[in-house]
Amino acid sequence: MVKEVIKGNFATAVAAKLARAEVIPAYPITPSTLFPEQISEFVNNGEMKCEYIPVESEHSAMSACIGAAACGVRTCTATSSQGLALMHEMLFIASGMRLPIVMPVANRALSAPINIWGDHSDTMAERDVGWLHFYAQTNQECIDLTLVAFKVSENKKVLLPSMIGLDAFVLTHTMEPVDVPEQDKVDAFLPKYESPYCWLDPARPMTIGSFATPEYYMEFKLAEEMAMERSSAVIDEVFEDFEKRFGRKYQKVVGYKTEDADVIMVMIGSMFGTAKAAVDNLRKKGIKAGLVKMTVYRPFPTKELYALVKSAKVVAIVERAYSYGHGGPLFADVSGAFYNMEKKPMMLNYIIGLGGRDIVPKDFETIYDKVKPSMETGKARMRVEWINVNEEAVKEAEGL
Amino acid sequence: MAKKKISVGGVNPVAGSSKNYKTGTWRSMRPVLHPEHCIGCWTCYRYCPDSSIIRITDGKKRIEINLDYCKGCGICAYECPQNKKADKEKTDKKAITMVTEEK
Repeated sequence: MVKEVIKGNFATAVAAKLARAEVIPAYPITPSTLFPEQISEFVNNGEMKCEYIPVESEHSAMSACIGAAACGVRTCTATSSQGLALMHEMLFIASGMRLPIVMPVANRALSAPINIWGDHSDTMAERDVGWLHFYAQTNQECIDLTLVAFKVSENKKVLLPSMIGLDAFVLTHTMEPVDVPEQDKVDAFLPKYESPYCWLDPARPMTIGSFATPEYYMEFKLAEEMAMERSSAVIDEVFEDFEKRFGRKYQKVVGYKTEDADVIMVMIGSMFGTAKAAVDNLRKKGIKAGLVKMTVYRPFPTKELYALVKSAKVVAIVERAYSYGHGGPLFADVSGAFYNMEKKPMMLNYIIGLGGRDIVPKDFETIYDKVKPSMETGKARMRVEWINVNEEAVKEAEGL
Repeated sequence: MAKKKISVGGVNPVAGSSKNYKTGTWRSMRPVLHPEHCIGCWTCYRYCPDSSIIRITDGKKRIEINLDYCKGCGICAYECPQNKKADKEKTDKKAITMVTEEK
């Protein structure tokens, strides 16, 4: 294995190269621009045998991915924020046609106001499109999860596309030492993709992207859901296989000091590293705090998550996205998933780091302070709270 | 509910299969032709938005309705001059009547 100091975007481009993706249509958007730049450089330098298509928009990028994947070749692209939003309608087509496209997404806030920094609003808005969702915490995870995503998506029991979220700038533009797997090992892990059901062969024409009347549509959608459910076991198998080959262990959900914890904060992405430092501080003060990171968000790992948090008094869902008029999307999912469980912890929601607002260890201690009164009284004081935000300025502007 | 089998991603291994798809199944109303009242004016042919009126000229001008594709919109019956005449004279000498499609 070669240790390289690379950025998260570069890591995902290297993963696409190692996976020998044969068609990559991409349109640059901050902060994922380095991906298409790097792929075009790999192709230009003859390091990668791939058809690189500089398309005119993200909508076209996903459309071209769908065309390529429907021809039976391994394909991927990368995007972010507005670019992902522009792909929206095509995302349903990729999953509905059961095409195993892989897409690293640099998680960035959406306009307005225009903002190029990190949060999870973009991928969370695409949680219902039938794609698998992975989230990276480090640049190592960017490369590893991209490779894992190809293997899971292309599995005959799954055949669904995957997106891999990497936090804007914190991962995309930050250099970290990464073990870059050797090509021969990746080739053994990811053999050439052979589509089991659709490919381009003029001698055997077929109809793809067909039409389904009300008599048939629901069966196709149920088939998608059943594939999504099957993907859960496939992800475990692939994580195990990956560990055997590359020595790095992955799990759908990762716990940190959860065993005896009274308060467990559940989160997604790079802030897990920051939160660990905060939990260590809280533990020094004798506070039983723990953490959970969700590496896989779709299929939703209810069983694994429940096993980690069920004994806690309070589960604080800390997230970088918001569903206006309700709360955080992760909070909605976790509380919904646990609703019918016999024993369930109190669940509270904390919104943090929207539009790239810095997340520092102290923020998690602030969250603990906010959780404490609810935990002590056993009554949820506030269901949703925004952290590190100037509410006075908002009230003044709105004339309140 | 799907009565026939479905395939992964809706892939159909037969090319050009849309020719086999009879969109007439969408219909909730069905036109019924009464040839004895039809005068062969072909007004319905000109108005049909789905090319489902077939002109026949075997000695006498008449029509047939292609129920494989007819969506049952009723424009043929609405535009038919024989129907208008029947309405005006309060007779039942209509050339095309619309009935509920039994499913």
